[in-house]
Amino acid sequence: MTFKRSIIILKFIFSFCIAEFEKDLQLQLILAEPGDTITLDSGLFPILGTLSMEGKENIVIRGNGINSTTLNFKTQVEGAQGLSITNCKNIILQDFTIQDAKGDAIKCQYVNGITFRRVKAQWLGGPKPTNGAYGLYPVQCENVLIEHCVAIGASDAGIYVGQSKNIIVRFSEAFENVAGIEIENSTRADVYGNNVHGNTGGILVFDLPDLVVKEGQQIRIFDNIIKENNIDNFAPEGNIVAKVPSGTGIMVMATEQVEIFENTIIDNKTAGTAIVSYFITEEETKDTQYNPYTSSINIHDNIYRREPQIPTLDHDIGLLLFTRFFKDVPDIIYDGMPDPKYLGISGYIPLSRRLCITNNSDADYLNLDISKNFESWYSPFFADFNTDISECDCEQESISEVILDLE
Amino acid sequence: MTFGKVILAGLIIISLAFPAHPILDHALPKLSDYGFFKEPISEQSPISDVIPYTIASELFSDYAEKLRFIKVPENRSISHNEDLSFSYPEGTFLIKTFYYQSDVRDPNSDRRLIETRLLKKTGSEWLAIPYVWNNEQTDAVLALAGDRKDVSWIHSDGKPISILYSVPNLNQCKSCHVYNNIQQPIGPKVRNLNLDLIYDNISTNQLDKWVSLGILEPFDNDSLPRTVDYMDVHDGNLDERARAWLDINCAHCHRRGGPAETSGLYLELEETDPTALGILKPPVAAGRGSGDLKYNIVPGHAEQSIMDFRIRSLDPGVMMPELNRKLVHKEGVEIIQAWINSMPEKE
Repeated sequence: MTFKRSIIILKFIFSFCIAEFEKDLQLQLILAEPGDTITLDSGLFPILGTLSMEGKENIVIRGNGINSTTLNFKTQVEGAQGLSITNCKNIILQDFTIQDAKGDAIKCQYVNGITFRRVKAQWLGGPKPTNGAYGLYPVQCENVLIEHCVAIGASDAGIYVGQSKNIIVRFSEAFENVAGIEIENSTRADVYGNNVHGNTGGILVFDLPDLVVKEGQQIRIFDNIIKENNIDNFAPEGNIVAKVPSGTGIMVMATEQVEIFENTIIDNKTAGTAIVSYFITEEETKDTQYNPYTSSINIHDNIYRREPQIPTLDHDIGLLLFTRFFKDVPDIIYDGMPDPKYLGISGYIPLSRRLCITNNSDADYLNLDISKNFESWYSPFFADFNTDISECDCEQESISEVILDLE
Repeated sequence: MTFGKVILAGLIIISLAFPAHPILDHALPKLSDYGFFKEPISEQSPISDVIPYTIASELFSDYAEKLRFIKVPENRSISHNEDLSFSYPEGTFLIKTFYYQSDVRDPNSDRRLIETRLLKKTGSEWLAIPYVWNNEQTDAVLALAGDRKDVSWIHSDGKPISILYSVPNLNQCKSCHVYNNIQQPIGPKVRNLNLDLIYDNISTNQLDKWVSLGILEPFDNDSLPRTVDYMDVHDGNLDERARAWLDINCAHCHRRGGPAETSGLYLELEETDPTALGILKPPVAAGRGSGDLKYNIVPGHAEQSIMDFRIRSLDPGVMMPELNRKLVHKEGVEIIQAWINSMPEKE
């Protein structure tokens, strides 16, 4: 009896402490003044509701280490995010972990100057469709720096930069997510030095219709290790990433001006690199300002390596690849849909608008030419696909480096 | 020291520690400090220049009932623009008190006041200032970090309900009230106010009343728009009621310039683009909020529509609206389901 009572009292004190930590932190986030640093002690802190910061300038939120300070949202009762930063300027988040957020781990919206440094977003217990969607999630931001971060277990993308401008994602690790790193409807992004492994898809560069910010472009993906992104797709149906075949290394969809170079792309079972239009999703769009095509894609100096293995059989394209190529699936797969607005009278696409593939080690190529070869469900199984990589033998100017305006 | 004094001492310490925060220049420690109400203020009986009002279609807040008041500074008035949006004079207060009747079926049952939210017009922006009522119901105290309160009552069906009611913190206030990065009121719009209310036993159109009180500039136009009351089955048709529900419950975020504009789902009453309204629109960043469904609205099939799934959910990572809901708005869900099911199926 006494024991039971003391447990109850302890529980009460404990829950009070939790509530006090959360309330105190939230109050600090509300009252922070420009130049303030909000420090988080070492420890594992259960949090019940979204923590939010709004309308602030020049604030640092700093934990005591990526593996020392952990905010755990397992018992979250309200709010969809772990940490939400909106309408701010020059914010630095560093040295802490957000675990098991009900929705997104850290969402930043309308922030000019956002740095994530040594921050981990994690869902415990492996890849599950009940995990939150995004780990590190800046959207409609400018001057985004994500470095030395880790994202694990997101049911959409571990590191997701959407509808933003001026972005660097570097020296980070993403695994057990549906998409490791995704850059969506964004302009000027450098993604380099990352280790992206064991996701469904490694690095995705997408442009989607019906959004406020359209027309992503000028994306550089370089010097990354993109390895064994072969786990089953566990994204809830309806999300665009649910359509990404398991075993995708890099996928570029409907985006202009993408340069992919000096990456090591190893043992992604279905497509080391896929360059596709929005038509591959078989979704319709009425967005008249949307451009569903890819153009100016430059793939050079990458290392491709792939042990013979069966591509995913859970996806139409995977099935097709399996029946046509069995275990020796080509590394670079193009849907063969150039942007018709660049087609000259002669039907010739200028070099600067093409898909160029040069100087890669061990890269095989496949042009699906979906406008010709996919007229009926069975036609691709008999079509004469072009696998001659020399049709992509062209050079393009390099895209310039991203310079961030961070104070 | 009483509880109130402890809070006050805390506030003083906080205000010493953070001297420059703008909210502390405007927020008084207690609701009674403003003098909006006659004593005892728990009666919520306003002084003469604090005017009660109501709106046509209400935001669902876990079945809390609400009292609304407006105070416009003396000799000033609200002007309106061509699109009928209001421009309020600096110093205007919007006051909203949330309460529960202990038995919803009995208007004479005990009433428990939970929170009073103020919006104060300062310069170009509105400040949100949240107050939480004390257990003695003698006053409400400033609560910048919000609060959580155990609340229980007998519902309209005679069944008891208990929830952990959540009072939003300052940032959560803004997360709904922000439009184009500026904090603004949501409810008081011409079309939401254009209905009758009883003042001193006389039923009068609210806009007319405000004009006659001199707090609102007169309109040239006689035929002003009016939002239907979604709870009244005789008011408007199903489409109008569903759109009124979506407008007040969702559109403060889901509109162009609102915080949920990244989703491309826009639910304002004025929206006409079927894709923007969600019809056969795939989600953008819904994550598990999609519920394994492909489209926001599948005409004729509420059960296949993400919208229905999310407004029925109580999972914080799935449910819509995201904040301040611990219960499903049964009546609202029924309207939305009927609305989606009434749409002709598409091939």
